[in-house]
Amino acid sequence: MAETRITLEMVQHVARLARLKLSDVEQERLLADLGQMLAYVDKLNELDTESVPPTAQVGEAGTPRREDAVTCPSDAEAMLANAPSAERGYFRVPKIIE
Amino acid sequence: MATNREKYEAVIGLEVHTHLLTRSKMFCGCSTEFGREPNANTCPVCVAMPGVLPVLNEEVVKIAIRAGLAAHCEIAPYSIFDRKSYFYPDLPKGYQISQYETPICKGGYVDLPTENGDSRRIRLVRIHLEEDAGKNIHEEGASLVDLNRSGVPLVEIVSEPDIRTGAEAAAYVQELRAILRYIDASDGRMEEGSLRCDCNVSVRPRGQKEYGVKTEIKNLNSFRFVEKAIEYEIDRQIDVIESGGKVTQETHLWDPVREVTRPMRSKEYANDYRYFPEPDLPPLVVAPDLVEAIRTEMPELPADRRARYVKEGLTAYEAGVLTSEREVADYFEAALPGLKNRKTAANWVMTEVLRLREPGKSLAESVPAAKEVGALLKMVEEAKISLNAAKTAFAAMVKNGNSAEATVSEFGLLQVSDEGPIIEAIDKIIASEPAKVAEYRAGRDKLFGFFVGQAMKAMGGKANPKVINDLMKKKLAG
Amino acid sequence: MMASELNKLTIAEASAMLHKREITALQLTRACLERIAAVDPRLNAFLTVCEKEAAEQAVEADRRIAAGNAPALCGIPLGIKDIYNTKGVRTTCASRILENFVSPFDATTIAKLRADGAVFIGKANLDEFAMGSSTENSAFGATLNPYDLERVAGGSSGGSAAAVAARECLGALGTDTGGSIREPASFCGVVGIKPTYSRVSRFGVIAYASSLDQVGPFANTVRDAAIILRTLAGVDPMDSTCSARPVPDYEKALTGDVKGLRIGVPKEYFIDGMAPEVEQAVRAALKQYESLGATLHEISLPHSSYAIAAYYLIATAEASANLARYDGIRYGLRAEAPDHITLYEETRAQGFGAEVKRRIMLGTFALSTGYYDAYYLKAQKVRTLIRRDFERAFENCDVIMTPVAPTTAFKLGEKMDDPLTMYLSDIFTISVNLAGLPGMSIPCGYDGKNLPIGLQLIGPPFSEETILRAGDAYERSGAFTKREPAI
Repeated sequence: MAETRITLEMVQHVARLARLKLSDVEQERLLADLGQMLAYVDKLNELDTESVPPTAQVGEAGTPRREDAVTCPSDAEAMLANAPSAERGYFRVPKIIE
Repeated sequence: MATNREKYEAVIGLEVHTHLLTRSKMFCGCSTEFGREPNANTCPVCVAMPGVLPVLNEEVVKIAIRAGLAAHCEIAPYSIFDRKSYFYPDLPKGYQISQYETPICKGGYVDLPTENGDSRRIRLVRIHLEEDAGKNIHEEGASLVDLNRSGVPLVEIVSEPDIRTGAEAAAYVQELRAILRYIDASDGRMEEGSLRCDCNVSVRPRGQKEYGVKTEIKNLNSFRFVEKAIEYEIDRQIDVIESGGKVTQETHLWDPVREVTRPMRSKEYANDYRYFPEPDLPPLVVAPDLVEAIRTEMPELPADRRARYVKEGLTAYEAGVLTSEREVADYFEAALPGLKNRKTAANWVMTEVLRLREPGKSLAESVPAAKEVGALLKMVEEAKISLNAAKTAFAAMVKNGNSAEATVSEFGLLQVSDEGPIIEAIDKIIASEPAKVAEYRAGRDKLFGFFVGQAMKAMGGKANPKVINDLMKKKLAG
Repeated sequence: MMASELNKLTIAEASAMLHKREITALQLTRACLERIAAVDPRLNAFLTVCEKEAAEQAVEADRRIAAGNAPALCGIPLGIKDIYNTKGVRTTCASRILENFVSPFDATTIAKLRADGAVFIGKANLDEFAMGSSTENSAFGATLNPYDLERVAGGSSGGSAAAVAARECLGALGTDTGGSIREPASFCGVVGIKPTYSRVSRFGVIAYASSLDQVGPFANTVRDAAIILRTLAGVDPMDSTCSARPVPDYEKALTGDVKGLRIGVPKEYFIDGMAPEVEQAVRAALKQYESLGATLHEISLPHSSYAIAAYYLIATAEASANLARYDGIRYGLRAEAPDHITLYEETRAQGFGAEVKRRIMLGTFALSTGYYDAYYLKAQKVRTLIRRDFERAFENCDVIMTPVAPTTAFKLGEKMDDPLTMYLSDIFTISVNLAGLPGMSIPCGYDGKNLPIGLQLIGPPFSEETILRAGDAYERSGAFTKREPAI
């Protein structure tokens, strides 16, 4: 696989996906940083991994499951205690635009 | 209906999401109870506080397996949870835990009953597990977020694009809902949002193999809307094509007031879900033993029950109505023991009982117990009461909740079958109407009804009509 | 012992004295608090000092000790990396985005320590969201190295390491995702363990990279670390990835015997660019092991040089999703905004530091459409190769020993210009997280500037007993003499 050339548009696109507002200076800096990092990680292409399975986890196999029971106390007040803005028991956010 | 509709074939696939009937949420021990105050059913896990982790509810797995078996799917012995990332205020983690490439159920099908008793098969692609998001309520200048629904378990049932009309789509959703209710997977309360549909619709000229461009209609929550929205969209797409345009791939919402589909305002930021395997959950392992255990405990499915009813003598239509809800079919069967005539019972349930059903209430809450209806119909069968008397009794039973026997007794509805008093009444009538008797005997058969009516009146409506009929015939014959 | 010296006790010593009623927990806690007051304004190891809560816990601990049968950690003051949720106390993760977040619940490991009667003396500084190797990425200032205030304490658990080294507390909790316990332990001359992945619950520990993060203790001796680990380890129904294996009594494993222990020495780990004094100290330690009856074997971990690349794709990808919840809606910093999209963008722009943003960007990119296979998936495949390297190596040895870092503590600001330079200092520790293995850093010497040097011990999965035994044997052998920092 050929090296990825990262562009300013790509930086802006990724920033949008990650919901990060970046200043022009930050964008330039990240363009350089990401370019450098991607160039570095390209060394992984030296390895032939065609028939190698990916490791998504290193824990033990088997899915622990819980019993279907209500174990959480109902405490909306505690859950809202750190909310920057709450109203009538809801978390309040500025208008959601589609 | 669009012009040139016949030239085109509509291709429709449905994605049905339904809440599973569990006491607690998918990944935490919060209650799933509907209708509580905002954020009453929350904890650090479903509010996505820093450092929390998901733990899977075992009942969710069992229900998903039931649904998979009911839909004739292949149950994956090994499936993976994935993170689906996007930002929205009702999605507290900023990602939804779902299943992407390796779902718990694959393939499968649902057979829809057709009018002539056959069935039409709609194939499924897959069924997978995922958690629901919370709810946003829009206010003036702000939105309010309630996370009670965040983390409630869902299955998503994806069909192949085998559906061809809006009506068929509605029938599919109906059958799916019935199946899910039969196996206690879901309560199917569409008005409460526990079952909703996304429809993918495209059209292509008849005979063409390639699919046309599809649009998606999201969040339909009634059969009527499913049918109407799809039909509208089919026409709209045909009109676009016929006037030389191209259908664009968009997401639409159904406006039930104006009865049109509207494109959702295009999102400023496109969604790249960036799926990757959920590192906080090991792969889901489903042992064959578990699947077998669940298979042996599966209740009879609607299609099988319908087939059985038809075999036992009901029409396809009657079977369809009675099996539309499991509790109706159960009620019908609970009323049957001791009765010789299923048809009467079927009829009774379909008319007298179903008429009293209230939305949101169970049958048990709205009508007399099935065995009491059975007792009532037995009395009719044994000619102890007339059908009319039964209706009167039933109405009283609905009000006062008493047994059939007590009600019939209280209202004195037992009918007289003794010939003695009936003969006496008939003799009196014949004696008092010599002119009419003569006319009848001369050939005016229509007068028979008059005589019978008089006899019924004289008996205070309590005489067995059949007995009156037979005796009257004899007596009038002379 | 002078009251002012109580903070210099080991956990084992203090525990014995507490049980003999020679000292009280309150005295012990006070000694630590006094030490913190004296040195922390310079060191900046603590973001929050829990004076009131600690005193209350100490009083309660004394009551329990008096009643008899109190656990070993009862009354012991510990520093807690500010990444653990501690109920009722601020947990910031060294980030502005959580500057005023008060935890409504305890992490499982915190609850376990609380149940044992431990005293939480304060929340220790770290690199923001555990992303870093020097604690310079903290939004609240770097933690300095007690051995030289112009140098870093290491990271990301720099506060915890420095606090233990400076005797501000008797032990501490850290987390390790790519070396964040072992590297600061090495820089600060203390013992630090990263257990096998899944040995200790992660519930309530603010997540950086879910398949790499692990909880572990810092202490001044291997025995002390074993005592803390014994309480931390074990199954947790709140963590689906936590192992149900029974927890051995790690303290009992410290038999002092390493005869016949086969030590693997990977040839790829003795590279150019490593400080000569570091290599010297590590080789001297290996010689000491030989004299104790262990044998040395050269082994190969051929994919070592690919570990950093794989790590920085996997960790950042997982982090990009783990940090998506910081949006100003339910807790934390919120920026003023007219609509919800601006809310997200402004809050996260203002709340996250530069390194965090950098990693979120890289991780988001690695998962995005068109790049997933080439980056994230590729990295996970290389991860498999690295795991296999270790599996093969452990067929021929019981423990692998390496340096912890290529250098001793570097100067503040020295590596901040170029992120890649900083990342490369993780070179010896990162593979261990990728493979999910247990790793421990023990001090084995000092360089010419009196800066500590650490030796890394790596074992197969769930072999904590072996590496603890090995570390303890070395410590007891007298080859290494601990020097207190000047501060």
